[in-house]
Order: sequence, then structure tokens, then C-alpha cells
Amino acid sequence: MDASPAIDVRGVSHSYGDRHALDHVEFAVDPGTIFGLLGPNGGGKTTLFRLLSTLLPLQEGQARILGFDLAREPNEVRKHIGVTFQSPSIDPKLTVGENLKYQGQIYGLSGAHLRQRIDLLADRLGLKDRLRERAETLSGGLKRRVEIAKGLLHRPQVLLLDEPSTGLDPGARHDLWRYLRGLREEDGVTVLVTTHLMEEAERCDRLGILDHGRLVALDTPLALRSMLGDDYVTVQCDEPDVLGARIRERFGVTPQKIGGNLRIGKSRGHEFVRDLVEAFPQEVKTISLGKPTLEDVFIERTGHRFWDEEPQ
Amino acid sequence: MTATATTLAQARNPADLPGARPAAGPSVGFWLPAWSLASRELVRFFRQRTRVVGALGQPFIFWVLFGAGLGGTFRAPAWAPAGMSYQEYFLPGVAVLIVLFTAIFSTISIIEDRREGFLQAVLVAPLPRASLVLGKVAGGTALAVIQAGLFLCLGPLLWLVGLSPHMSFSLSLVDVGAIFAFLVLQGFALTALGYVMAWPLDSTQGYHALMSVLLMPMWLLSGAFFPVPESGWLAWVMRINPLTYGVVGLQRILFAHAGQPLGGEGSAQAALPSVAACLAVTGLFCVVAFVAAVWLTGRRSVRNAR
Repeated sequence: MDASPAIDVRGVSHSYGDRHALDHVEFAVDPGTIFGLLGPNGGGKTTLFRLLSTLLPLQEGQARILGFDLAREPNEVRKHIGVTFQSPSIDPKLTVGENLKYQGQIYGLSGAHLRQRIDLLADRLGLKDRLRERAETLSGGLKRRVEIAKGLLHRPQVLLLDEPSTGLDPGARHDLWRYLRGLREEDGVTVLVTTHLMEEAERCDRLGILDHGRLVALDTPLALRSMLGDDYVTVQCDEPDVLGARIRERFGVTPQKIGGNLRIGKSRGHEFVRDLVEAFPQEVKTISLGKPTLEDVFIERTGHRFWDEEPQ
Repeated sequence: MTATATTLAQARNPADLPGARPAAGPSVGFWLPAWSLASRELVRFFRQRTRVVGALGQPFIFWVLFGAGLGGTFRAPAWAPAGMSYQEYFLPGVAVLIVLFTAIFSTISIIEDRREGFLQAVLVAPLPRASLVLGKVAGGTALAVIQAGLFLCLGPLLWLVGLSPHMSFSLSLVDVGAIFAFLVLQGFALTALGYVMAWPLDSTQGYHALMSVLLMPMWLLSGAFFPVPESGWLAWVMRINPLTYGVVGLQRILFAHAGQPLGGEGSAQAALPSVAACLAVTGLFCVVAFVAAVWLTGRRSVRNAR
């Protein structure tokens, strides 16, 4: 790939006092793709998001967006990125239309051009009837759509979204992703989203997994999953240490112990399930077989559970 | 393998092909964003009725009550026109109090903007930081001038219902312009000062503390509440206080023609700074507070993120 990346992060570390939030993170995002940063809360993705959105000063390392240096040319970066925060940034006392108008003006848009952009986005995001309503009266899903509209008013080439589906019901989340893909296809917008939802991470073109400030995996979701072998067998038992050792002895595979369960990645998993149950009929309490998920990738790379996963 | 998804998208976007660093974007301008943020201040203000009452009502009440209560013990300063009542003396001081309260209310909103998240969206926008500060401060200044101006026009009319003594001012158009200029400069300086104080805080409680140990004493010691004594430590403190010059400037203009002219040579009033000096100090106060506010805003820090 010889295109210069839309987002280029090199050796970025960041700490808040003694706490290291990012540890030598390095990745690049190709133009016109959707890149996901997956990780549990506290994994460092919000810090990275804030660095990229120019809110935080770069402490160590280098980052460029569309070739503009984040440390030296923050204002050029700001002109070309659209930012949608996880926490709301709309003014509740203003109407939706006013929120969009003021947002456009601080990006230098005005007059007919601004009105046209507001109309277009309100139309695309289903906010047309809401322009005159006070933002404080809107539901969570509508507020988020206003946030996204705000981020897109100035036609940014790079869109940064922090946990965009917070507070969205599944239907609205689906719409959001359809819209993001539309942006990528039609306008060639590069999108970076942070998320802690596996299902959302699956929809990205490429994925970086962040844990404790380190980038533990970086590839397409499909490639990440296929690294783990074809199938994943999970065994629930009373004494995982004992059983784990016996499995290793007998089958030559090393099970991972995760939260009292044993997990084994293996091709032809269905046969392995049969073999295991035959070999240890007493020890195995329940056994399940599944295709590897991104959660498995996370566990495999970090050795611990994706503990912060929110119940859906 | 990672390239497969991207080449497709790129094929549709020749502009994004290799080496495509976009040209530096056009400047977003300075005045439009500032105007936008200032008008937001006004819209928000008039949507919150309690703020209107808080900023205008309390000074009105202070003026009438203190005027009635302290009127008997007030000794007019040497420079004052003959027969000046306390309430009359207090009039410009209350106008400055209104300016101060309005400045406080509009800069408290910085803390709210930060908490509500609005501020972070402004901070990631490409507007110049000075334009951001100017918008916020100009919005507060406009509100302060509107309200203080309203008070100066309506206050003396309370005479009609017996709540104030009769006052007569004869002001030329130039005087009115000068009063306006003083209100604008003081509004700007105090709002910018409030901005500097509010910027590092994340709670309005902290702001209230600063307000009572710094802003209120600043007003009390500005000659607004009682005249600047001719000597002693209090005189020095009051001379150092930049707000004094705004108050004295207003007093000079308002009372210059009320009775005998103010500031004759060799008299006690010569101790008071001239209108020009008052303008200069108040102007300098504006510049210093504004520059400090812009400097604070320009720093990228953890505090700006939520």
C-alpha cells in the first residue's frame, strides 16, 4: 500500500501523572476506510481519541492526520477533522437548528452555504422536523444524531467518533453504521471509531485492539479471527488446573484458563469435543463449540477477559 | 490483505490518491466565530429568566436599601457637588455592580459549558483561540452594558415612586458616549477576568469562593460603595485596584455638571485621577485580562477533555 495514510500514529505514549494511558501505540489508517479502536473502558482509547482530536497535547511520539502534524499544525488538523464526542456537546438551551448554525459558524461557514449543509444533514439524519426543537427535549438517539450532524457540517475528510453508539437502540445503531458506510463509499471519508462493543468492531475495515494502553492486535476483523484457528472449544469444569494439565498431556494443546473455564482453539473442533468428552467424561461439566470471536482474539492477546463488556 | 478494502474506496476518490496531503484549508476567519459565540451568549441569557432577575434585580434592591439606610450617615467627599445624597453617590457604583454580576454570571457559564460538553466541541474547532475568548467576553460585555445602561436610565426614575431622592444630571452627548465607553471597557475587563478565573475550575462552588474573596472585595474597594479616602492604607489598596478607575471615571462624568464643576485646580478633587487616566487604566485592565484569557485557552491540557 503506497497511499499516504489518512491517520498515522507513531510511537505515541501518554501518561496522566504516574498512570500510563498509552504505551508506544503505532498504527496507520488508510484513506477511505473505517478503522476501529476496540478495547475495554480504561484501555486507552479515549486518551488516543483526545490526542487525535487535538484536545490533549502530544507527550511522546508523532501523529499526523492527512499529513498534518498534530503537534505543530493543530489548526490545520482541526479544519479537516470532524469530531463526535461520547459525552454530549450540544447546547441543551438552544434548538437543534441553532446548535447546528453556531457549530457551522465556528468552522467559518455562513449564509446560504451553511443553510444548505444544515438542510442536507438534517435530511440525511432524519432531523428535519426537529430543527426548531430545544435540544434538551430530544431523546438520547436524536441527540446523538445531532452530534453526528455537528461533526459533519464542514465536510471533514476524517471523522473521529468516540463510542458513537452510546445510548442508541439497536435500530438506531444499525442506521448509524449504514450512514458511516455511506460516508466512506460516497464521500471517501476516513472514519475512526472507538468502541467497546464486539459487534461494532466487526463492522470496521480494520481494527486495533487496545488494552492497558498497548495496541495488542492490528488487522482486519476477519484476519484477526482466523489467526486463532477454526473453532473454539470452551470447557466448564470443577478443577480447571488439573484438567488443563491432563488435556495438555493427552492432546498436546495448551488450554487457556479464563475465569474458571478452559478454552482451546482448534481446527475440526467438533471432533475435539467428542474426543474430550470421551476422554474426561467425569471432569467435563459442560462443553461448547463456537467460531472464534473478537472477544477470543482479545483474550488470546491479553490473557484476560474483556471484562468491561456491557450487557446488551 | 489490508489493502483490499481500501483500494476499492480509493478508486472512487482520486483526490485521496498517494501523497494527497490536502492544501492547508482556508482560514475560518476571526469575526464570524466570535460573533457566533457572542450571540449564543445573548440567546442563552434571555432564555434563562432567572439570570435576568439575578443580575439586575439584586443591584436595584441594594441601591434602594443601602441608599435609604446609609443616607443619614453619608458624608459626601470633598469633590462631590453640594447636597449630594448617598443614593446619588451610589448610582454609578451600582451600575458597576451590575456589570460585575453580569460578568460573573456569563463566565460561570464557562464551567457549565465545560461540564455539559459544549466547550470541547468548540476547542476542537479551527477557530483562533482569541476569537473564542472574544466571543465569550463580548457576549458577556454586551449583556453587562445593556443591563447597566438600563439601570442608569431607570434608577433615577424611582424618584417618581419615592424610592430615590431627586437627581438631576445634565449630560452632553459626549458624556453619554463616555459613560457607554466606560461601561463597555469595564464589562470587557471584568468578563475577561472572570473568564481567567473560571477557566481552570470544574465546579461552580470554586467560582463562588473566588467571587466572595476576590471579586466582591474588589468592587467594595473601588469607590463604588464609599469614597476613596485621601490617605491611609485603604487609600493605597483602592488606588491599586484597577476597578477603582472605572468607577471614578463614571463618577467624574456623571457628577461633573451636576452641581459645581469637578476637579478644579488645587482642590481635594485633584487627588482623583483624571478621566483620561481612568480610561487608560481601564483599557489596560481589559488588555491584560484578555491576553491572559487567550493564553490560558491556547494551552492543550487534560482539563479540556471530559
